[in-house]
Amino acid sequence: MPGFMPIRNKIVALAISVGLLLLIIELVRRRKLREEYSWLWLLTASTIIVLSVWFDLLRWITSLVGAMVPASTIFMLAFLFLIFISLHFSVVISKLTNHHIELAQRYALLELELNELKKQLPLCQKENDKKE
Amino acid sequence: MKGSGKRVALLIPAYNEEARIASVIQGVKEKYPLLEIVVIDDGSQDGTRRRAMEAGARVISHPYNLGYGVALQTGYKYALGQGCEALVQMDGDGQHDPAYVRILLDAIEKGTADLAIGSRFLDSGGLEPGRLPYRASLMRRCGMALFGTIASLLIKQRVTDPTSGYQAMNRRVLEWVSSDRFPWDYPDADVIIMLHRAGFRIQEVPVQMYENADKKSMHSGWKPLYYVFKMFLSIFVTLMRK
Repeated sequence: MPGFMPIRNKIVALAISVGLLLLIIELVRRRKLREEYSWLWLLTASTIIVLSVWFDLLRWITSLVGAMVPASTIFMLAFLFLIFISLHFSVVISKLTNHHIELAQRYALLELELNELKKQLPLCQKENDKKE
Repeated sequence: MKGSGKRVALLIPAYNEEARIASVIQGVKEKYPLLEIVVIDDGSQDGTRRRAMEAGARVISHPYNLGYGVALQTGYKYALGQGCEALVQMDGDGQHDPAYVRILLDAIEKGTADLAIGSRFLDSGGLEPGRLPYRASLMRRCGMALFGTIASLLIKQRVTDPTSGYQAMNRRVLEWVSSDRFPWDYPDADVIIMLHRAGFRIQEVPVQMYENADKKSMHSGWKPLYYVFKMFLSIFVTLMRK
């Protein structure tokens, strides 16, 4: 296992992670990404920055998980991130499904109520006219 | 409902049932002229809504197709909002004989059960002349036997027809199924187990069911595989819940 990260690798990793971090912040600023869905992305970008700068930490995680080279650790972390973000989106989609079903049900019930009120309306007007 | 003094509704969830919905409604109206019939049109692309309205039913229309379970729950919410004391549900494809509405409701009104399930596998002895009795495919029979056995073991009571959509319930069950605990996705054996665990009394009543003329089923293609997976998962998590 190399004792240091080549400077070119460090610059590329830093540039990608800082770019990702800025992109996420910009998307939140433009309200194209909600704060509640940005935290996992921000965590990932921050993790890449920390690991790029603090190579000893990457080496420590590599030996902890029993990987041969730091690149394997990075792939494993990237894979874990993709699993977590997919799971997170599944939870969000489930929540949205519940919301859209409840909205559609409420819409259907309100439409029925509205149609029945509309049917009653001419009768009410005629009764009012008679009274007048 | 005539004679009972309580407000009762009959729910018919329907999706693209233009050909049969009017005759199903007429069949119910002939036997129970005072029963409020509510059709939940689950985003049909044909004339189901129009036909049901012309036949004299009150129609609630989903803006798009949401599935059988959601359609049922929309009806439950409507009935609950209208103050119904009891409710009967039947399918809109003509498989369920309306003659058994009274028998299902009797089980509820006598107070012997909170949920009465119409079972096609208990001897009803009331086959209409000229109509074929219900015959399920081998795969479907296996599924029904499997989940019927699981439900029977879990609720310690014989369940012969866990997939029956011909049911009657009282207001307490109506409140439960209108809540977010009701599973929208194929509500079958898992609902029976959930209701039993919630303390409701369940009773099976013999009914007559007929062959679907189109042999149209919501369990087609890959859906049976998903159904089996969903049912196992739903029953498993139900047992894990307090």
